[in-house]
Amino acid sequence: MKKTYPIEVDCANCANKMEEAANKVEGVKTATVNFMTLKMSVEFEEGADPKTVMKEVLKSCRKIEPDCEISF
Amino acid sequence: MNRKQKKMLTRIIVATLLMVVLHFVPVTGVIRFLLYLIPYLIIGYNILINAVKGIINGQVFDENFLMAIATGGAMAVAFSGNTDDYTEAVAVMLFYQIGELFQSVAVGKSRKSISALMDIRPDYANIEHDGETESVDPDEVSIGDVIVINPGEKVPIDGVVESGESMLNTVALTGESVPRKVISGDEVISGCINMTGVLRVKTTKEFGESTVSKVLELVENASSRKSRSEAFITKFAKVYTPAVCILALLLALLPPVVLMISGNAPAWGTWIYRALTFLVISCPCALVISIPLSFFAGIGGAGKAGVLIKGSNYLEALSKTKIVAFDKTGTMTKGVFEVNAIHHSDMDEDKLLYYAAHAESASSHPIARSIVKAYSVYGTPEKSRVTDIEEIGGNGITAIVDGIRVAVGNAGLMEREGIEYKDCHKVGTIVHIAIDGKYQGHLLISDVIKPTAAQAIADLHRVGITRTVMLTGDAKSVGESVASELGIDEVRCELLPEGKVSAVEELLLEKGRNDMLAFAGDGINDAPVLARADIGIAMGSLGSDAAIEAADIVIMDDDPLKISKAVKISAKCMRIVYENIYFAIGIKVICLMLGALGLANMWLAVFADVGVMILAVLNAIRALSVKKL
Repeated sequence: MKKTYPIEVDCANCANKMEEAANKVEGVKTATVNFMTLKMSVEFEEGADPKTVMKEVLKSCRKIEPDCEISF
Repeated sequence: MNRKQKKMLTRIIVATLLMVVLHFVPVTGVIRFLLYLIPYLIIGYNILINAVKGIINGQVFDENFLMAIATGGAMAVAFSGNTDDYTEAVAVMLFYQIGELFQSVAVGKSRKSISALMDIRPDYANIEHDGETESVDPDEVSIGDVIVINPGEKVPIDGVVESGESMLNTVALTGESVPRKVISGDEVISGCINMTGVLRVKTTKEFGESTVSKVLELVENASSRKSRSEAFITKFAKVYTPAVCILALLLALLPPVVLMISGNAPAWGTWIYRALTFLVISCPCALVISIPLSFFAGIGGAGKAGVLIKGSNYLEALSKTKIVAFDKTGTMTKGVFEVNAIHHSDMDEDKLLYYAAHAESASSHPIARSIVKAYSVYGTPEKSRVTDIEEIGGNGITAIVDGIRVAVGNAGLMEREGIEYKDCHKVGTIVHIAIDGKYQGHLLISDVIKPTAAQAIADLHRVGITRTVMLTGDAKSVGESVASELGIDEVRCELLPEGKVSAVEELLLEKGRNDMLAFAGDGINDAPVLARADIGIAMGSLGSDAAIEAADIVIMDDDPLKISKAVKISAKCMRIVYENIYFAIGIKVICLMLGALGLANMWLAVFADVGVMILAVLNAIRALSVKKL
């Protein structure tokens, strides 16, 4: 399953770091962050619940970029 | 400016005013330090907090950390050294924030202007139920529903016009500003804007499968396919920041220690100040922000011209293209047969076409259709005037038109009829016409070369393409004549679809290691070739899903000039990317050296950081303008 979420982040490097962090979260197969369109598209592992996974994603993104926002 | 940016602007203004006021306040010592701490915290509190959070979360060496250490350090040096000059530390923070704000505004602006280009997403569809219309989410419309599109509205879903007549503006999809006329029975493509009349459209696709959704998906995913330059910058930033921090630490510690050992005064203050300057210079923002922005702007600019590029990796590859291969029919030619010339006729052109078109009026053969079409400027054949139609398979047609016997067909037909005919030296299909047993000349029917094709080839050669190759399934005579007319370097004829793939494979072996090969085709029959080439360019693919999927670059209309335009756009974009890489790294390295030698103060350091970034961002935005290319 693949879903796209709008994000808020200030710099391109931070967006790259968010992508890295999101990819390490359990339940995420691949995540790509597009700084220019301010979107994060996440492909979930089979059987993962997007809501709970996204909560984790936001948590790990906040760790590296305290100002960031993901709307899900 | 959004809320966040406005807040930052207020902070910048307040801090600046405070600095001006403090300049005239005659206090010294601790009180002075505390007073200057106020603007410092106003302008920099988020940086300091983020730096602390970063350390807690194990994210040392990010920009916040660099700025916090550098400015905090400068405050500390000024305090302990009793120079009482806190202006510098606050100013550095101030300029850093101004730079950040500027970057955020500039990126927001270009983001907006690019998404405005792609502002084709329809918000609603007017669905018709028993004569009443209702506005619904386009997602809720199913295949076969009838939707109503009023003038000024976007076509939300692909479909066929049931009734109504209008002009459609396709500029957002194709870059083509001439409106397209549609009448009932015509296909309409989502993303166009209805200009003049009300249209009732029966949908043929779901919203998610419609052209507009496919195009938007493609554009939104474009920058996630990263080019090698972008990957390089990401890697560079990862190594660079820690390396600079270590160098700064060495700069702060080594020289004083060496001085102490050799018996001199260690001069801690000087060296720590130099190390801090070094840190400020070192921020990699200029690179990290401007390179993706250049690609984004380049892709956006191309989109404006009706060229969709699926990722920055393709934009980069396109700029390295040395060989361009084409399909002929539909790419360089219109793919429709037209009567191009009438030779050796004593009769008036309209009279001759009158007889030919009437004789052919009942046939559905493409050649017959092209003759009827050529006559259409004079009128429509009246079937009642034609009798005794006889089709002679593979040869042509004989019929009685207005009581006169007419024979229309190839040389074989003329021989059968026992009529002497004149051969033609031109390339194409020759249709001889005999009226009342007398030879009346022949029509030359051939595929028509697109008006801009020759200029497109010339343009390609001018922008550095060394080889142009045409691959065609057509006969040798036809292929060679088209190639020589257009100035194409090589031509390979009579190729089956698999033959085109192996021809492209041969060309791939012949090219240089870093050169790229692009193939442009109409996308429907050429999918395997599009996939095999380094860069597949699909042409005239408005509404064709197969083409949008198979190709790397999609040209929305069928103008071959767009191929050379795409190459030019990529070249401009890559030039900007390299300018920014060399400029940013160059200035940084020079300033880092000056900083280490103590020749640069923090003012220069701020310029090296913020100034370079602003210039790089401005330069990157240039990639958006592609009009004059």
